[in-house]
This record gives sequence, structure tokens and C-alpha cells, in this order.
Amino acid sequence: MTQKQLRIKINGDTYLMYEGQSVLEACRSAGINIPNLCYLEGVSRRASCGICVVEIEGARTLVRSCVTPIREGIEIFTNTGRVRKARHTNIKLLLANHPRNCLECDKNRQCELQKLSDDLDVRDTSYPKIRKKHYDIDASSPSLTRDHEKCILCARCVEVCSQVQSVDAIEIAERGMEAHVSTFFNKGLDASECVNCGQCLLVCPTGALMAKHETGSVWKAIDEPGRHVVVQAAPAIRAAIGEEFGFEAGMPLTGTLAAALRKMGFDRVFDTQFTADLTIIEEGNELISRIKNKGVLPLITSCSPGWIRFAETFFPKLLPNLSTCKSPQQMFGTLAKTYYAEKMNIDPSKITVVSVMPCTAKKFEARRPEMNSAAEYWRNKGRRLPGGTRDVDSVITTRELADMIRESGIDFARLTGEKFDEPFGISTGAGTIFGATGGVMEAALRTAYAELTGKSLKDLNLKAVRGMGGVREASVDINGLTLKVAVAHGLKNAREVMEQVSKGKSPYHFIEIMTCPGGCIGGGGQPVPATTDVREKRIKAVYSEDESMPLRESHKNPAVIALYDEFLKEPLSGVSHSMLHTEYSRRDLYPGI
Amino acid sequence: MDSSTRERRIAEHKKRVNLIFKKCVWDDFLDRALEMSPEDMLEKVKESGLRGRGGAGFPTWLKWKFAREAEADEKYVICNADEGEPGTFKDRAILQEQAGKVLPGMLVCAKVIGAEKGFIYLRGEYAYLLPALSQEVENFNEKIREKGERFSIEIKLGSGAYVCGEETALIESLEGNRGEPRNKPPFPVSEGYLGKPTVVHNVETLVYASIIISEGPECFKSLGTSDSAGAKVFCISGDTDLDEGIYELEMGMTIKEFVELFSDGDIKAVQVGGASGHCVPRKKFADTIIGFEGVPTGGSMVLFNSSRSMYNVLHNYLEFFEEESCGQCTPCRIGCQQLLKGIEAVKSGEKPSEYLDDLVKLAGMMKISAKCGLGQSAANPFISIVEHFREEIMY
Ligand SMILES: Cc1cc2nc3c(=O)[nH]c(=O)nc-3n(C[C@H](O)[C@H](O)[C@H](O)COP(=O)(O)O)c2cc1C
Ligand code: SF4
Ligand code: SF4
Ligand code: SF4
Ligand code: SF4
Ligand code: FES
Repeated sequence: MTQKQLRIKINGDTYLMYEGQSVLEACRSAGINIPNLCYLEGVSRRASCGICVVEIEGARTLVRSCVTPIREGIEIFTNTGRVRKARHTNIKLLLANHPRNCLECDKNRQCELQKLSDDLDVRDTSYPKIRKKHYDIDASSPSLTRDHEKCILCARCVEVCSQVQSVDAIEIAERGMEAHVSTFFNKGLDASECVNCGQCLLVCPTGALMAKHETGSVWKAIDEPGRHVVVQAAPAIRAAIGEEFGFEAGMPLTGTLAAALRKMGFDRVFDTQFTADLTIIEEGNELISRIKNKGVLPLITSCSPGWIRFAETFFPKLLPNLSTCKSPQQMFGTLAKTYYAEKMNIDPSKITVVSVMPCTAKKFEARRPEMNSAAEYWRNKGRRLPGGTRDVDSVITTRELADMIRESGIDFARLTGEKFDEPFGISTGAGTIFGATGGVMEAALRTAYAELTGKSLKDLNLKAVRGMGGVREASVDINGLTLKVAVAHGLKNAREVMEQVSKGKSPYHFIEIMTCPGGCIGGGGQPVPATTDVREKRIKAVYSEDESMPLRESHKNPAVIALYDEFLKEPLSGVSHSMLHTEYSRRDLYPGI
Repeated sequence: MDSSTRERRIAEHKKRVNLIFKKCVWDDFLDRALEMSPEDMLEKVKESGLRGRGGAGFPTWLKWKFAREAEADEKYVICNADEGEPGTFKDRAILQEQAGKVLPGMLVCAKVIGAEKGFIYLRGEYAYLLPALSQEVENFNEKIREKGERFSIEIKLGSGAYVCGEETALIESLEGNRGEPRNKPPFPVSEGYLGKPTVVHNVETLVYASIIISEGPECFKSLGTSDSAGAKVFCISGDTDLDEGIYELEMGMTIKEFVELFSDGDIKAVQVGGASGHCVPRKKFADTIIGFEGVPTGGSMVLFNSSRSMYNVLHNYLEFFEEESCGQCTPCRIGCQQLLKGIEAVKSGEKPSEYLDDLVKLAGMMKISAKCGLGQSAANPFISIVEHFREEIMY
């Protein structure tokens, strides 16, 4: 079907544009950028800010271009005095109630409000500040903080949480000047259904939503004499960190990342891709065992902590379907304070484990009470680690890492690539693709195929599970068994797949779920902006990195093989279970109430 | 004018203009209406010149035509009985005394546009009308069913916010959502309740539609002016010495005529159309027509005598808007705050009197960039009161 074309006028010039386009889109195609603040393509059409207004011939009022469709013969004026004044006025109104302490703000230099007021040449903020009701900063969540004073009520966060994640943890409460973003019982984010994914934070145009910072504790550990600080970097970091330093999106910078971490002063620089490979061995074997022993199917991946919290909250009956494997981050933490400590003969109480993650939910995951297997391990050996010991001590996001690199005075762009340290520095392409939606599935299939048939897949590139489709499915023939799999990313898509499982109608053996659209490369800790286009570029970087690796199957990772030899014995062994596996529990919908 | 002359004049007016509150029997009206074709009904309403009585004054027939032409499997008629405009209390009286004329109006509209379901969105504070009104609606539904028609009416209680009277916010509220105005377009006539074509009408509009169908357009059209045909129910409050507040009056009178009828003469301003309307000062009484060609009103007429402080009047209105703004859009949410804070600052000397000019500009911007009628019309009392009573705001 060809789309109907409409003849329209913009600032006096005639254009042919497609029916269904908004005035904003049509103007953009004509090379005219209309400033906008609340609009979020494909997600939010609240049209609350009033910045994108234009004049339409014959209309009594100005019109919000972001939500107004074009029609045949429409005459649009984007740059009249009235339009400019209205935009100025609306920005000034927003700034009147705004703290304007950019220097202290997490969003400084990346803030859309800040940029817009500069772009629109707003220099005076003459309206007085009025805030009748003060709302305290909500710092209840381990992942993010909400500062109502900086909120411009664009509602992007509300829409993302609802439309993309189907979590609906937040909404706009009250009216008029008292309107504010709130959880259902207004008890703070941690006492809500929030799954800590941070997708809201990625789209917030201001500093109203910020990730919880842990850079202070990381510096403190690095500075402490005698402390052995190890860092692990997740697969998705290398595909995005460059954006913080002026590189085009989609530039994989693995070696540079390792070099920067080493220069910052970490004692050992490790790769979470190592434990990603390990996860594949454990999870692949779990899948095979569940199929052979008629265990609970479909098996569902468990490496995305936002998804885990989502399942615990909304689908508690299906928890037995989740793989019992810990996430690569947590497997790493446990091994660093047990196997590694023993192997290197380092006192485990002197080890600090820092994670660099693309994800705000990882901060929550590291604090889950059950994530302290190392302490348990040592207790069984008759040694008590200091109270409060966690497997992973600090989790920083890609953005926090970039801040620390800048603070260190490291010229990131000029670094020469280096390698990760052994023993947790060797990884395969299968570990790399964990960062993209479909990657865990692809990695697991590569290994499961080899386990069951004794030989590698002819084509290691399983294109069917790649891409940005919300839910993708594929089947793979392995020795007469047709293995049916599905991949979902973004929790709204996950919900769809889970509802099918709930009804007992799921045809799949294995399902991969990632909390964030695009997978970890689109996580809440990644650089902004994280538009669909940017996410796609990061995914491309992930796959090109995979292709360039000498080893692309997890079971071929020599360091993983050595780990089994020296410590774990075999997949799903007793040691594996106590070190690498975990359990889940039902969560009340409103945990604080 | 002395009060007895005024009473006589009002009585005369009442005799001449008496459509809404006239007693009549509605059974044979229903038969007559059901015999008529939808095209005929639409034609009659068009001929009458009836425009919406909820405030904006959109031609009623045109709304019906749009909804009639919209293709959909379901359509809806909604009677807007949210009556939240300060100083308006006529819909309550109409529903209390003449529900029998409101319901057939909904039926007529439904027949024209092809709807099978109607809602009355009743202001929460009017819950006490429910027992009688429900009975009336039940009887009506029964009667309609007996006549083999597929149309029924349901009453829904409003949630108590002024903005829920705005038709798209009303629809959101009916759907069980937070009462916030939607983006327009699409307009309710193409995508309204549950995304289906929907006509929303003020209670009074529906009654006039009934009357026009039953008695012919002439009885309506012969009253009023060409732009503002017919009559309208007014709610008179403030400094009037008459205690009865509700009058059906011919459209198109001047404020001067109006003030002469309803006060002893010491009136310095009239707020026409409630908080969202315009303030007309005495010097403009003679050449200001009450109607769509002059100052329109949803019914509210508030009279202010010389002892009133226009600062207080404006302050009250702005407090009202600041609280009743749904809070969705920048110009209204923050604009209303700034206008209120602004006049306080000028009054206290914190800001110079020239600041009022900035505020008038701000109000002008709200008028063209707020998302819905609430934020757009909050500027009306501000601009008119500041223009005509600047000294009272300053000192
Ligand atoms: C803030 C606001 C409040 C409104 N409140 C009412 C109301 O209480 N009753 C009403 O009939 N119309 C109200 N309206 C107008 C409605 O949006 C709508 O135009 C009207 O119901 C249409 O009916 P009509 O065609 O019969 O005038 C309000 C509009 C706004 C912007
Ligand atoms: S949110 Fe933006 S404008 Fe506000 S203080 Fe932060 S950087 Fe500055
Ligand atoms: S972190 Fe995720 S779940 Fe929590 S409020 Fe934000 S979008 Fe919703
Ligand atoms: S917190 Fe941010 S995204 Fe959410 S409404 Fe406020 S400004 Fe918008
Ligand atoms: S103008 Fe006011 S009431 Fe209307 S949508 Fe905007 S904030 Fe809400
Ligand atoms: S971008 Fe269109 S109203 Fe905010």
C-alpha cells in the first residue's frame, strides 16, 4: 500500500508529505527543527510542555506540532513572533519553579531543559519562584533518586514505565500546582512495583531522575592501602562508553576500556564476559537437564535483575520457570571472593568487587540479601568474613564510570588498547553478545547444540533471534529435537510472553527476557540519549565484536574449562549450585504497605 | 427604575420567553419525534440556529452532522451536567424541574447521529438529585424500549473537578481515567468515548433541541439575534436585590438592559460567563451585547456594586484556576500561579505596577498556548479586570 501524499505549506513553501505525519515530523523532513521537550517518539503524546507550538493558518490558538497531524492544504508557520514568544514564555515559566543549580546537577551538560533554554536564547528568568508544596527527594530506591523540584511534569517517565515496561509504578497525582509524579501510595519508589530498570531516567529531560551514585565508595576502596580492588566490566559497556567521550554511537572500545580501568587504579581489571560464558555453560546444562528429566518448561533466563523483580511481582507462580543461574555479575562476585581469593592467596576480606554495569537494576541486585554466597563459603570453611560483606560491593553505571575517567584526567580517546587480566579476562564472542537482546539465546544455542551433537553449529550466526522485534521466535533442530525458543525485550513484550506461559499455552522450551529495549546496551545506566537508533548502533557493535573474536562458543573458553577443573568440577555440581545458583521469592505488589 | 417597575418588566419578559420551564406532556412528543426522520430533525435544528449552551457556542447541528457522518459501529451521546463554572446553577434546576425535556433531547441527538447509548455525567455535588433523576431515567428507558427503540441512558457521577466539565476530560473521567483534557484533534465527534464518535452537550442545549423538534424551529428562532438565536437560562448572583437567581431570557440584550432589570443601578461591573468569562465595566454596559457576537456566557452573570474590591474578585478567580488547573500543561499550571502571585506582588509593592503589563502578556500567551479551554480562558477575567480596574489592582 502506498501512503497518501498531502500538499502542505511550511513558512510559505510547498511540500509533499505523507498522510499520518505530525506537523513536527513534516517540518523535520523539510529541514526545520521544531524545539520540543515533552514529546517522546512512539511513547509519549502528552503534549504538556507547550514548547513545540506553531501557527496554523485559520486556527485561533497556537497548535502543538508534536501531536497535530497534517492535513491537505494546511499552512504552517514555525517562526513567527507569536510562536517565539510563546516558547520563551513557556520555558521561562518552567524555569521559574526550577532550582537552576546546574553546577550541582547530575544532568549538567546533558539536560534538555538547559540546552533548550540556551538554544532558544532565553536569558532572563523574571518570573518569581513559587512552590507551595514541597516534596522531599525520594531516595528510597537503591537505583534511582527523584527530585521533584527539578521535575517539569513532562510525564515521559510515567509513559515509559507504562507503555514500554507495563510496570505502571508511577503516575501523576493531584492537580494544578500540586501535581507531581508519585507512586500509587506515595510511599517512595522502593515501596512500589518499580523494577529499578531506569528506563524512566534515560528519557527524563532534566535532572529530576538520577541514578544513585556509588563513585565515592569506589574511590575510597581504590585509595585504601592494602585493599585489593577488582573491577568487572559488563559486555554492554564497551559498546557504549565511547559515546561519553565524543565517539560515534556503535564504536566497540574493549581494549580502551580495559586500559582506562587499569589507569584508574583498579588492582585487577576483569571481564564480566568471562562469567557470561560460565552462565551459558550452567544454563545450557540446566536446559538440557530440564528437557531430559521433564522439568519445568519453558526455561526462562534470569540474568536481567529488573526482569527478575518483575517476575517476582507480577508472575510469582512462574518463578519455577526461571533459570536458577545467578546473573554473570553475581557469579563474578562470588568467584572473586572464593576461587580467585584462594587461587591468588589473597585474604577475601581485603577484596573489594566493583562492577561497571549498563544497568541501574544491578545496583538493586547486588543488594539482594541472598547475594552473599562468598561469606557462606568461608563460613563453611570456618572463617567469618566481616558483617555486611556482599559478593559485589559497589555497582557503578557506564555514566558513573565516564565521570570517574574524566575525574582521573585520563584522555580516553588517546588510550592504546590493553587486555583484561587473567584468570577472568578471557572470554568468547558468546559472552560478548550477552549485551544485545537475543544474545543470551544465541550463545546458549551455540553451546547446547554442541553439547548435544558433539559438533558446532554450521553457522554460528543465528540471525533469527537477532533484531529489534519486540518478541522473536525461532526453532533449531538438534539431533531430532526441535528446540523452540523465543526472545523478548522491554517488559511490556515480556508480559505478553509470560501471559502465554501463565495460560499454559507457551510452545517454547527456552525464553530469553531482557528488561530493557535492545537488551543491556539500552540499560538505564547507559549514556544518553538512548534513542532506538543509538540502541541499534550499539547492537551492531556487539555483533561485530563477536565476529572478530577467535572463540565464539562459551564451552571453548579455556579459562572456564580451567575453572571447572580446578574448582567447580562440572556443570550443575554441588559447588556450582552453592556458588552460581540462587532462588527467587514472591513479592507483594505494594511491598511497603 | 423602581423595583415594582422592574418586577413588572421581568414578568412581561417571562411571559414572552418561556420555553424551558413551561409545563408540558412529553409522551406525544416522543411519538412525534420517533416518526420524524433523522434528516428532518437535523434540518430543524439547523434552521433554529441553536448553538451550544455549555459556553463555546458551537452550532449544534454541525456537531450532529460530523458525528452522523463519522463511520463507526458505536456512537455515544453525553449530557454534560458537570456544571462547575462558578456562579452557574441552572443545569441543576433544569434537571430538577424538567428532566422530562432533557432525556428526549438526548434521544433526538442519538437518532440523528446513530447512537444507542447515552450518559448523563452528573456533577458529584449533585448526587442528591440521583434518586429522582434515576427514577426518571428508568421510566424513560422503559418507555423507549416499549416503543421498540434501541437507546438507553445511564447516569454517571462526576469526580468533583471543574476541568471534568471540559468534554474530553469528561470522557476520560467516564472511561475511568484521570480527568485530563485530551489533545484535539481528534475531536469527540470523531473519536470520543472509547474512541467512538461522541456528542457532548450541555443540559440546556438538549432541552432546546427537544423543544425545537417538538414545537418547530420557529419558536426558538423568533427570539434573539442572528448570531445568537433563541433564549438562554441565566444565573444571576452577586449584588442583585432579587432573590430568585434563574431566569430564561432572550439572547442579545445589552448589559445595560440586563443590569437595569436585575439591580438597583449601583453596579460597576458585571462578570459575564463565570470565572472563565469577561468582566465588563460600567462604561461598556450600553454597547456590550450578551451573546456570541458580544460576550458569551454559559449562564453565569455576577453583578458587582461600587463597594466591591475588584482585586479581591480577581484574586478569587485566580485562586480558583490555580487550584482547578489539571496541572498537565505548562502555560496553565504555572501561568495561573504566576498571575496570582503577580497581582499579590504588585499589590504589596514587591513588584512595580508595570509588572501588570508583563502579566497581561503572559495571560495573552496562556490564551493561545494552553492546551484546553480552562487555561485559555483563565486569561479572560485577568485581562479584562486588569484593563478596566488597574488602580484597584495596584493600590
Ligand atoms: C474547563 C472547562 C469546564 C467546562 N465545564 C462545562 C460544564 O460544566 N458544563 C458544560 O456543559 N460544558 C462545560 N464545558 C464546555 C464543554 O467542554 C463542551 O464544550 C460543552 O459541554 C459542549 O456542549 P454544548 O455544545 O451544548 O455547549 C467546559 C469547558 C471547559 C474548558
Ligand atoms: S535539571 Fe537541567 S536545568 Fe535543571 S539544574 Fe539540572 S542541568 Fe540545570
Ligand atoms: S525504574 Fe523502571 S520500573 Fe521503576 S519507575 Fe522507572 S521505568 Fe518504572
Ligand atoms: S521526572 Fe523527568 S521524565 Fe518524569 S515528569 Fe519529571 S521531568 Fe519528566
Ligand atoms: S490548560 Fe490547564 S486544565 Fe487544560 S490541559 Fe492545560 S493544565 Fe490542564
Ligand atoms: S513537545 Fe509538543 S507539547 Fe511538549
